[in-house]
Amino acid sequence: MPAADIDIQKVAKLSRLSLTTEEAAHYEKQLNGVLAYIDTLTAHDLGDVEPTAHAMPVFDVLRVDEERPGFTQEQCLSNAPKRAGDQFQIPKVIE
Amino acid sequence: MSLATSTIAQLRQRLTAGEITPRDIVQDVAKAIESRNGELGAYLSFDTETALKEADAADKSLPLGGIPIGIKDNMNVTGQPCTCASKILAENYTAPYDAGAIQKLRQGGALPFGRLNMDEFAMGSSTENSALGITRNPCDASRVPGGSSGGSAAAVAGDIAIAALGSDTGGSIRQPAALCGCVGLKPTYGRVSRFGLVAFASSLDQIGPITKTVEDAALLLNHLCGKDGRDSTSLDVEVPDFTAGIGKDIKGLRVGLPKEYFIDGTHAGVSAAVDAAIKKLESLGAIIEQISLPHTELGVATYYVLAPAEASANLARFDGVRYGHRSSSATDLMEHYLKSRSEGFGPEVKRRILLGTYMLSSGYYDAYYLRAQKARTLIRNDFTEAFSKVDVIISPTSPAPAHKLGELKDNPLAAYLEDVFTIPVNLAGLPGISVPCGDVEVDGVKLPVGLQIIGKPLDEVTVLRAAHAYEQAR
Repeated sequence: MPAADIDIQKVAKLSRLSLTTEEAAHYEKQLNGVLAYIDTLTAHDLGDVEPTAHAMPVFDVLRVDEERPGFTQEQCLSNAPKRAGDQFQIPKVIE
Repeated sequence: MSLATSTIAQLRQRLTAGEITPRDIVQDVAKAIESRNGELGAYLSFDTETALKEADAADKSLPLGGIPIGIKDNMNVTGQPCTCASKILAENYTAPYDAGAIQKLRQGGALPFGRLNMDEFAMGSSTENSALGITRNPCDASRVPGGSSGGSAAAVAGDIAIAALGSDTGGSIRQPAALCGCVGLKPTYGRVSRFGLVAFASSLDQIGPITKTVEDAALLLNHLCGKDGRDSTSLDVEVPDFTAGIGKDIKGLRVGLPKEYFIDGTHAGVSAAVDAAIKKLESLGAIIEQISLPHTELGVATYYVLAPAEASANLARFDGVRYGHRSSSATDLMEHYLKSRSEGFGPEVKRRILLGTYMLSSGYYDAYYLRAQKARTLIRNDFTEAFSKVDVIISPTSPAPAHKLGELKDNPLAAYLEDVFTIPVNLAGLPGISVPCGDVEVDGVKLPVGLQIIGKPLDEVTVLRAAHAYEQAR
């Protein structure tokens, strides 16, 4: 387990969050505290233990490959912050 | 007396006898909300007009026909807001569909009425992380109702809802029920569809009832469960009649007391109330046995890896493109993401997204997420082993009664440790209930204490039987 050494601005960017310098210092301190606590997991030898993803073992759930009703275009667009006709409008992506 | 103080079972009887109509119930609940919600802050919104229309159309022959149920504000109900108590969904989101659990409720005849406050995106144990308002404990307005389903518990305990739905990721149904003095049941993971429940930590989230009595929890659970193809973790198993054990005795029931759950650090009044409950169960014929869940101490750390990691991925969907808050000042796409999300999410949500993103980032996955999944196996194995010896396991629901508003503000770790007895149940996917077991006097006010009863996977019937026998004898 790595020592708690969070690079808060790097993590913020990966999280798509922008933090002020003040916020960054505040979160860094708090998260290092939480990470130090989480390091209690290191005290245990977990090497050979099988990981559990879900408590109830359900694997490879497939649905029948057939037509079924879905959301209408209007339902999907009904909460769009901005739309142009039948499309979501976003800031320009390519120059 | 207002019908809002009634239980589901009582209302059913009076509806069947023709003494009251669904309209009477909705009107009384609406009046109760209008008179007391200003003080409690349990509801974020309610639409009486729609509920009255649905009440008039209700099929009284159905088991829950015409009964209004309050809904935690993270489940989609067609035409209603679904804010998750977050600014990111508060301004302009109207649910375009019904969640799977809501469809089941409607099939049972119930009508969703009112949107209940919560910690933002269900992240918290006090409802203080709501971006949309404070909820107060009906037993003491200076204290928190618990959380994250604090609005649901406060509304039910404060008699401004007949019953409500909550969601439970690390104790968010059971802990507020304990702190407000009502009943809260988290079903086995996979019992209730998560389709349309706004995702927090997908491997842990589960919807369940918050009610005034154990019988009501069973009645409501009867109309929440079942396989839903739109949730790949929904279990394809038979749904029993959950009232089957209600009224049956518990002679010979083997009850386990995990020594790791009876520890220093638990409030003395909580310990005393739970000790008295153990004696009561014994007097009812239960066989009390000491057991051990040796990896209990790993629970909170494991949870605070898995839950934030899953949350950071789930909350990536809030990108300001398809729904939710969009910043008005962004000029390019990256700025659009950064600003929309930073303006929309509150501090605890940001904290958990940052934590989860860090732990899933390149180079750290094995050290955190994989390690936590392995610890989860040990915690699950502890329960499997214990359940080879006993039928149910009991503990306090929460180590302390409700704290004062603001008491744990900005001390995330102290707040996280409040979930120590409820978290392992989610990690192992087990059913668990909190049932009132007396109170503790703090500063001259009596605050409720909850007894947690944990069952084997899919054995809600035994959990409800034990809880009901205890509730009736208390």
